[in-house]
Amino acid sequence: MTELALIVIATVLVNNLVLVNFLGLCPFMGVTSSTTGTTGMALATAFVLTLAAATGHLVYTWLLVPLELTWLRTLAFILVIAGLVQLTELIVRATSPLLHQVLGIYLPLITSNCLVLGVALINLTEAEGFVQAVVYGLGAAGGFALVMVLFASLRERIDAAPVPVAFRGAGIALITAGMMSLAFLGFAGMIRG
Amino acid sequence: MSLVLAAIGVLAGLALLLGGLIVLVSRRLPGREATAVERLNAALPQTQCAQCGYPGCRPYAAAMLAGEADINRCPPGGEATIVELARLLGREPLPLAPELGSPPSPQVAVIDESRCIGCTLCLRACPVDAIVGAQQYMHTVIAAECTGCELCIAPCPVDCIDLQPRADSLPVGARLQAPVINPVTPPANAP
Repeated sequence: MTELALIVIATVLVNNLVLVNFLGLCPFMGVTSSTTGTTGMALATAFVLTLAAATGHLVYTWLLVPLELTWLRTLAFILVIAGLVQLTELIVRATSPLLHQVLGIYLPLITSNCLVLGVALINLTEAEGFVQAVVYGLGAAGGFALVMVLFASLRERIDAAPVPVAFRGAGIALITAGMMSLAFLGFAGMIRG
Repeated sequence: MSLVLAAIGVLAGLALLLGGLIVLVSRRLPGREATAVERLNAALPQTQCAQCGYPGCRPYAAAMLAGEADINRCPPGGEATIVELARLLGREPLPLAPELGSPPSPQVAVIDESRCIGCTLCLRACPVDAIVGAQQYMHTVIAAECTGCELCIAPCPVDCIDLQPRADSLPVGARLQAPVINPVTPPANAP
């Protein structure tokens, strides 16, 4: 149990996928201009990441390793994740219109994101079992959601701040992201301590 | 060689399995919420006149489906629309909401071209782009497109627009049809 909790803390703070591994920068910069859109994106990502971590682990251990096809993992993961997300989107749209309204457009958007494939691939070296793989996916999603919400709130405050003309828009957003990344690197000290 | 075959087999198998599942699920699923909104929207006259209290026909359709709005709030559609909405929603037809006035006889806006000053204010007000004209040039109404919604009357600074009874007795809505978007088509995947 403590091991699983450690995995969550490590993926949320120490090895944050966005700020430490620089994965998923597209939604990080693109969808954070308002807090409302960010929540939908974070929820959709949480779902897809967990799904990707679980299915990636299953496909790898039960299909690719026995057939000695581990070099096929990237292609196989993309295929399986995209297919499953499409399937889930269909089911969600038919069964829960409300949920579809919240997640709808973000689900297909996040499918082709490097963050999702990254989690499935990193899982191969990090996680030792199915449960660990799923928890790793959950932790990665938590870290992503945390960073997205923090960054969206920062950007809403920046919008009201007197930013020099040359830095307005994407410039100040990238500088802010860099400083956040530096701050998160500080968590790496937690491991040795 | 057998390795390559196995690789092709695994990928093709996975793709076929998932593709088959998606096709199966999308065929089995019952009618979706979006389809119902589209159907209600198609029954509305598409005047986008906002007399129902919603910004347009589609928002009104969504509100009806959510149970937030009654089916008798569309004056341009008149009784025929209410009956059709009642059929689609499985409710009893109602008379038009009294605060919205009596169902109007079909009418068309006509611009008195000798008084028009070419200000383009009515062009912007028209929800169906039935007025042609340009800045400093005389405007006129395309009678076949006009829905008689009265929205162009108020903005005109020289009061040169009048509503006249329609010569052809086509009911509003017979000319305009909302396209029913095929709900089966999935949204295009963005990169």
